[in-house]
Amino acid sequence: MSDQSQGSTVPDEEAEKISGALSTDDSNGFGRRSFLKGSGLAAMAAGVGTAAIPAGTAQAALVAMGPGPVEIALDVDGKQVKTSVEPRVTLLDALRDYLQITAAKRVCDRGTCGACTVLIDGKIIYACSMLAVEAVGKKITTARGLMNGDELHPVQAAFWEKDASQCGFCTPGFVVACSAVLAKNPKSTFEDLKKSVDGNICRCGTYEQMFQVFELLTQRGK
Amino acid sequence: MTEFEYAAPTSVAEAARLLSQAKGRAKILAGGTDLLVQLREGLRHADLVVDVKRIPSMTEIRQESSGSWRIGAATPCQQIENHPGIRSSYPALADAVRIIGGWQIKNRATLGGNLCTSSPAGDSLPALIASHAEGIIAGEDGSTRRVPMESFCTGPGKNVLQDGELLEAFVLPAPPAGSSGAYLRFIPRHEMDIAVVGCGAMLAVTNGKITAARIGLGAVAPTPLFAEQASQGLLGQVPSRDIFAQAGEQSRAIARPISDMRSPADYRTHLVGVLVKRSLEIAFRRIQGESIDPLHHSWTAESSSL
Repeated sequence: MSDQSQGSTVPDEEAEKISGALSTDDSNGFGRRSFLKGSGLAAMAAGVGTAAIPAGTAQAALVAMGPGPVEIALDVDGKQVKTSVEPRVTLLDALRDYLQITAAKRVCDRGTCGACTVLIDGKIIYACSMLAVEAVGKKITTARGLMNGDELHPVQAAFWEKDASQCGFCTPGFVVACSAVLAKNPKSTFEDLKKSVDGNICRCGTYEQMFQVFELLTQRGK
Repeated sequence: MTEFEYAAPTSVAEAARLLSQAKGRAKILAGGTDLLVQLREGLRHADLVVDVKRIPSMTEIRQESSGSWRIGAATPCQQIENHPGIRSSYPALADAVRIIGGWQIKNRATLGGNLCTSSPAGDSLPALIASHAEGIIAGEDGSTRRVPMESFCTGPGKNVLQDGELLEAFVLPAPPAGSSGAYLRFIPRHEMDIAVVGCGAMLAVTNGKITAARIGLGAVAPTPLFAEQASQGLLGQVPSRDIFAQAGEQSRAIARPISDMRSPADYRTHLVGVLVKRSLEIAFRRIQGESIDPLHHSWTAESSSL
């Protein structure tokens, strides 16, 4: 963790593995030869890395990687987790299929429905529309991470109290989106909370119960 | 998604070198809201994805000594929407980035991505045209060139960028004294849709007369348009609803829209007249100090200032 000031969480030994991926001869079982290597870019990219920043740091490693799997460390729900993903793997797929963290749901998988909403450094994004490698060094929070031990987050508690879900698959996304606005302003108005979920869709149509949730949260925020 | 390599350079020079060596087989990743969806669906292909968000000059908003503002091309819309300097100097741009998508999109989607996707319906483009913005394009040899917004796109999904070039930033000149602006978009529903027609307007009034005006139009031609004649026709005039309606009529003349699932062509042309008139009115009323939310229909009530 020599690189905390840069916001990176990749330990040095991890970074070296990533650096190694720059110059490997695809001996990892992937048949396709490295594009960068083929075009003579690997040497250049590595050169830039060492020239610009001390060798072996996480940032040097980020100059170029893939297309085969690369070791990454992610900060998910307050825990450091490691996995090995190809650069094309989205954050959502990395969470669900590589790390078995399934609070973020895969529904549309094209940045439209909001079921995969997570917080990145406190801001909501669609995890299906971000690469896992982009999330290195950032704080990722899923609906599960909003809980305080076994205690529900106030938004989760309100959803439970008002029974604001039917199939429940969209719910974690709604909860994360709503929590982000509430975190910014605990005295958010009903309209603020209604707007907070404008990037999320509930196909069961439980909006009426969600409005009750927003009313409850507005009451409690006063 | 087919496989690709990933690079996250920390300077424009590194990025330009990566792009030029990739000889057209690289794609630039900023917010990823278009690119990652298109890569997954096979609409685009990349052997190398160059993430430009670690380049400081591409993710910052700052005012230059001349009073102009520089917005990094990879700055997310949310950051632009919330920036006090941008909101006060370029209301049209603030209006546009505010309605570009939901929170999750706005936290990722960038101004540069919106321009380089070069959709005729991109929301920020008419507002950037109205704000007299230029794009700074960095080349592989360290050179830069500037391109006015109205000349950037060359067709649907096409623009002036050559292999090895990347859009580094936008420069918006200091707004003229006594100016304001607005962006209006017509969509069939309340929010979250692609523009049927978009209109950005900037207006400056000094001593009761219009001293500067720029009108940008979206989704009515293969590229976003600058309604030059209609804008110049406003100069020297006393602001009134009739004058704004005349500018709307003149703007209709340059619209050459298509018919598609969103709208027949003649309705788009009709909308140009309406949106130009209304966006100029909002700009003028904002100059008078009114606080107007274009999404809230109450603004259409009669105003004493016109």
